[in-house]
Amino acid sequence: MGILEVKGVSKRFGGLQALNDVNLSVKENTVHAIIGPNGAGKSTLLNCFVGKLIPDSGSVMFNGQSVLGRKPHEINQMGIARVFQTPEIFTDLTVMENVMISCFARRDGSFRLHPFETVMHEKDIIEQAEQMLIDVNMIDKREMHAASLSRGDKRRLEMAMCLAQEPKLLLLDEPTAGMARADTNNTIDLLKEIKQKRDITMAIIEHDMHVVFSLAERITVLAQGTPLVEDTPDNIKGHPKVKEAYLGESA
Amino acid sequence: MKLFGLSAKDTRFLIIVILLTMFTPILLQPFPEGSALATFNAGYPDLMQRIAIFGIFAIGFNILFGLTGYLSFGHAAFLGIGSYTVVWMYKLLDYNVIWGLPLAVITSGLFALLIGYVSLRRSGIYFSILTLAFAQMSYNLAYSVLTPITNGETGLQVYPSDAQVLMGATEPTSPHLFGIVLRENFWQPTIGGWQFTFNNGYYFTAIIAIVLFYLSLRIFRSPFGLMLRAIKTNQTRLNYTGINTRPYTLAAFVISGMYAGLAGGLMAAMDPLSGAERMQWTASGEVVLMVILGGAGTLMGPVLGAGFIKYLENIFSKINDSILHGWFGALPDGLENFIIGVSHFFVGKSWHLTSGLMFMLVVIFLPGGLVEGGARIRNLFRRGKSPKGADTAHPPAPVANAAEKEEF
Ligand SMILES: Nc1ncnc2c1ncn2[C@@H]1O[C@H](COP(=O)(O)OP(=O)(O)OP(=O)(O)O)[C@@H](O)[C@H]1O
Ligand SMILES: [Mg+2]
Repeated sequence: MGILEVKGVSKRFGGLQALNDVNLSVKENTVHAIIGPNGAGKSTLLNCFVGKLIPDSGSVMFNGQSVLGRKPHEINQMGIARVFQTPEIFTDLTVMENVMISCFARRDGSFRLHPFETVMHEKDIIEQAEQMLIDVNMIDKREMHAASLSRGDKRRLEMAMCLAQEPKLLLLDEPTAGMARADTNNTIDLLKEIKQKRDITMAIIEHDMHVVFSLAERITVLAQGTPLVEDTPDNIKGHPKVKEAYLGESA
Repeated sequence: MKLFGLSAKDTRFLIIVILLTMFTPILLQPFPEGSALATFNAGYPDLMQRIAIFGIFAIGFNILFGLTGYLSFGHAAFLGIGSYTVVWMYKLLDYNVIWGLPLAVITSGLFALLIGYVSLRRSGIYFSILTLAFAQMSYNLAYSVLTPITNGETGLQVYPSDAQVLMGATEPTSPHLFGIVLRENFWQPTIGGWQFTFNNGYYFTAIIAIVLFYLSLRIFRSPFGLMLRAIKTNQTRLNYTGINTRPYTLAAFVISGMYAGLAGGLMAAMDPLSGAERMQWTASGEVVLMVILGGAGTLMGPVLGAGFIKYLENIFSKINDSILHGWFGALPDGLENFIIGVSHFFVGKSWHLTSGLMFMLVVIFLPGGLVEGGARIRNLFRRGKSPKGADTAHPPAPVANAAEKEEF
């Protein structure tokens, strides 16, 4: 039994079958990559995990509980955090405030009325957020407005926000897209380090094969809404079906 | 120095606000009596009190609109509810405002809970329309169906036949606080050519306004305030970070409704009347203008905006032909008549044109409102003082940028 069990998930958009009977099992404490050509339905699949979309049929179980029909904030509080394909951050707030919100959400839950406490006096939260920013190498940017960050930094910030929540399952939708090579390598190192430090499961969508093969323990190949194969990275590399669906199209 | 859980900077800021508020009767009276410019004096109790009341209304509105970005067009409903509550307490108990004002906060809070609960199911323009619809419904109800409670068109007021069960034999027959009659002045010195009026009602309102300003300052600096600002920026991210945004927006809505209710109650403390027109959409629109004019999402903006609009309304509408002739009488006749003719568009009954123009200028050139204007002027001076080349010596740090935007 995996921490995330996806059974028979299908989703239609008008005439387009975006997901077609997807079965997927993500084992606890592993990094599971989902790869496939553009438009394969990878992001759509993640949307079904976090409450953004409800599939037409099938089930999605996290830790033995169904996530379907739950609101995004409830699913997050169950322990699933997500980095989006286009960074979702609080652009009007500072980098530090962005991360602090995650820390507050982890400590205080989905709602807490605290109008007369003071952010400045929350020593623990400040410490956690600062540590997180040190981990992602962004501490020097703590007072910057998130809007003024580079694309790669926005992505890193979003990752820091998700990691600050200490989720059980982290969903990453192309976390290194738009990053320079050095930043991509830093991100790989960061994710490896996090993985060593604590119990965390990751499902990662990525086009950059260097990232995929550096991190993934299992790989699922998705094409036209259907999983073609699921196997170890070594076996995937030489798989004829993968070459045909994935490399064949891009080559 | 740090006071009441505020940072040193905020404490300084609060002290300045307190001083300004306490000395308003002097500060708004810069011109000697009888001088040509005496028309521009605003240090009389009625106007000062009105500014303080609308300041409270705007401070509260800013907690909803300025922080979360939810634009309500129905907050006048809470203003009206506050007024009716206070007048009813006059009728049932006595003229002591101590009963009505807290109750006004409660009743308007309950109404805000109801209206907010329904309206906040939508966001953006749909939210605005829902709040507008609710307020217009309240207005129409107050005018017609609810006449037994609101006294319809005539407006609610105190009649000799009213119960007033707590009324003592020697008790004042106008709004008071434990015997301190609010409409009375406690000191009216004439110093040189200057005349100052220190009024009970103004100081009562001003002290409440300071307390409410302090509370809003605390909210701005709290984790709750941080969540509200995050809602304005990216509600999606907040939801995927495990935050349920609905109760946060509802809390902000109720808090701002309570501020409005108290402001409405204070209007009835100035003048023991309440009418349905207090709930009309124009009143809801006015507070929106005030907050935007002053600077939405800033601490000082709403107060500045309220002060500016009330000042224009009272002073510019007061300027009539005889005053104009007094100013321009020395000019040749043709020119005098021309200037007075042009002035007619901007003063007296046409003061709305002045406020409208000002509003347009501010929105176009100072999207951050008067507060942004103030900050720009301050920066000009700062830059003027700093030695040449200082700006290039340090890279234009975005850090400073961020810190500046946090300003009041
Ligand atoms: N909300 C939607 N409404 C209609 N069609 C959609 C919607 N979301 C996705 N699609 C379509 O579903 C298909 C799968 O999209 P999806 O974003 O899941 O692909 P992807 O595998 O993430 O691709 P990429 O690698 O480009 O991100 C695409 O053809 C897309 O146009
Ligand atoms: Mg995608």
